[in-house]
Amino acid sequence: MQNEFVPLFYGFHFYLFGLIALASALMFVTRKSPVAAALWLVQTMFALAALYVMMDAQFVGVMQILVYAGAIMVVFLFVIMLLNLGHPSEISDIRGKWGRVIAGLFGIALLAEIGAASRNALVPALQLPQAPTDGAINGTAGVIGPIAGPMFKEYLLAFELTSVLLLVAVIGAVVLGKKSSNAR
Amino acid sequence: MTHVALFALDATSQMDPTTGVFLIASVIKMIAIFTLVMVGVAYTTFAERRISAWIQDRHGPNRVGPLGLFQVLADGVKNLMKEETYPGDANLTLFILAPAIAFIPAMLTWAVIPFASPLPTPWGRIDMVVADLPVGFLFTLAISSIGVYGLALAGWSSNNKYALLGGLRASAQMISYEIAMGMSTVCVLLLSGNVHLTEIIKQQSTMGWNVFLLSIAFFLFLIAAFAETNRVPFDLPEAESELIAGYHTEYSAMKFSMFPISEYAGMITASAMLVTLFFGGWDIPFTQWDNTGEFTVLKTLLTFASFAVKTLFWVFFYIWIRWTLPRFRYDQLMSLGWKVMLPIALAYVTVIATLVLALDMAGLPRDWRFGGAMFAVNAVLVVLLFFVLDRGRIVSPAYSRLDKAAVARLRAVTAARAALTTGEGA
Repeated sequence: MQNEFVPLFYGFHFYLFGLIALASALMFVTRKSPVAAALWLVQTMFALAALYVMMDAQFVGVMQILVYAGAIMVVFLFVIMLLNLGHPSEISDIRGKWGRVIAGLFGIALLAEIGAASRNALVPALQLPQAPTDGAINGTAGVIGPIAGPMFKEYLLAFELTSVLLLVAVIGAVVLGKKSSNAR
Repeated sequence: MTHVALFALDATSQMDPTTGVFLIASVIKMIAIFTLVMVGVAYTTFAERRISAWIQDRHGPNRVGPLGLFQVLADGVKNLMKEETYPGDANLTLFILAPAIAFIPAMLTWAVIPFASPLPTPWGRIDMVVADLPVGFLFTLAISSIGVYGLALAGWSSNNKYALLGGLRASAQMISYEIAMGMSTVCVLLLSGNVHLTEIIKQQSTMGWNVFLLSIAFFLFLIAAFAETNRVPFDLPEAESELIAGYHTEYSAMKFSMFPISEYAGMITASAMLVTLFFGGWDIPFTQWDNTGEFTVLKTLLTFASFAVKTLFWVFFYIWIRWTLPRFRYDQLMSLGWKVMLPIALAYVTVIATLVLALDMAGLPRDWRFGGAMFAVNAVLVVLLFFVLDRGRIVSPAYSRLDKAAVARLRAVTAARAALTTGEGA
């Protein structure tokens, strides 16, 4: 499938999904209804997953959907629905004019920093993603091989410690939840 | 001559196709699969009504056309012609969007399921799968995990307390059973060493079907698949005895119809996944003819028939269960998912990982001998789990056998009552 259309194909989809991601992220921070905001965030995650797949990271792309869109955001939505929050205008946490101005200034500063960094000689120039190579896909364990190998061999200790940390957080949440219900 | 031309194509037929052929073939496959699944959905609804009638000793719909086969057309026309109603306080955007969000994931999984052996054509070899993704299996898990949005949003946007309860139940149930489902399939990945569905089918054709090698994982996946598709005994999101119709209470006409359509599409998809992961996909049992040698048109047709028969059996199984078992109680549902299936799945992953490691260290080649050893261990494990450890306690205490003390107490009470009644009568 290697011919002259491939760069054009990838360029087009990079900009398409990039624009979708940016537009939905903007919608996400500007919506007043929490359910609408959550759904725009899901949309952003789908666009990001598409970008990961284009960068030959199919595993990361699928995990983005499976973990973030499919599990975390569903729980978010579940909590929002369970609390059954009132009318959007009453519960919005978008704060007055000054709050928006300050937040906007921070946003512009961050954009300027990214722009400066991308022009810096120390950072390699920004490049569009390349077409996937067959080597990454046809390894011994397919696309998950290059991730599974380092995770369970070189960085096994770090990986296990992280999982213990998460377990501690879960147990902590349960203990805190129990305490408040016992206090009455 | 035509026979030879049909079954012995020239050397180009075994090569990779060019970009143009690939695109055209993909479009044809998409249309074919979509049409097949949609017709399948229509006739599964019909099959459900006829089979339920058969199970309950009734006739079922048999008036429209021969054997009632045109009933699905009549139902379709009826649903399209009916008036659409919208609840006054509904969130209209999401209310209209939700049926579509429910339907799309149910169909999307078909993109990665291989349904026959590759087809040789004069323009190169065409894989009989719409998109042969290298992350195939994870893609199916990801897509099934977003299926819950349609149900949850339908429940919330209707602005109706029964619909909201249905939507909440749907999301709680699907998140719970997704974990057990993911854990049960870890064993499949341990054996195949890859997430590519084509590789998983290849592994089963050399070592034997996973249903024998990973029996307990199969049972867990089967139960989780029922819960993920919200079928009886896991249909609490639309439990009509408590929630009117659950998340689709406020829907009418075609928008309502989209929910059953997505449920049946999900059922067919789950059956196809079950076949791919545990019943060898398009593999034909008891022969290596379909897996070795050159691909031919005949092989493609027969492997497709094999895949279709296995999938339709599991669709029938879904219907059979629906008209046999009653619905779970909500606490039973949660305790089955979290307290029974998740620990069993975790323990089973450990057992299978140890077993695979031990057999590899013993130097067993990965063919029928490896499969045979796995099958022997699994037979023991299944007997242990279902006949020794469980003894009728699988769901919750409500279903369990009573212990001896409780039986003695109940008998004493009954005897005392009987004595009292006879005393009064005398």
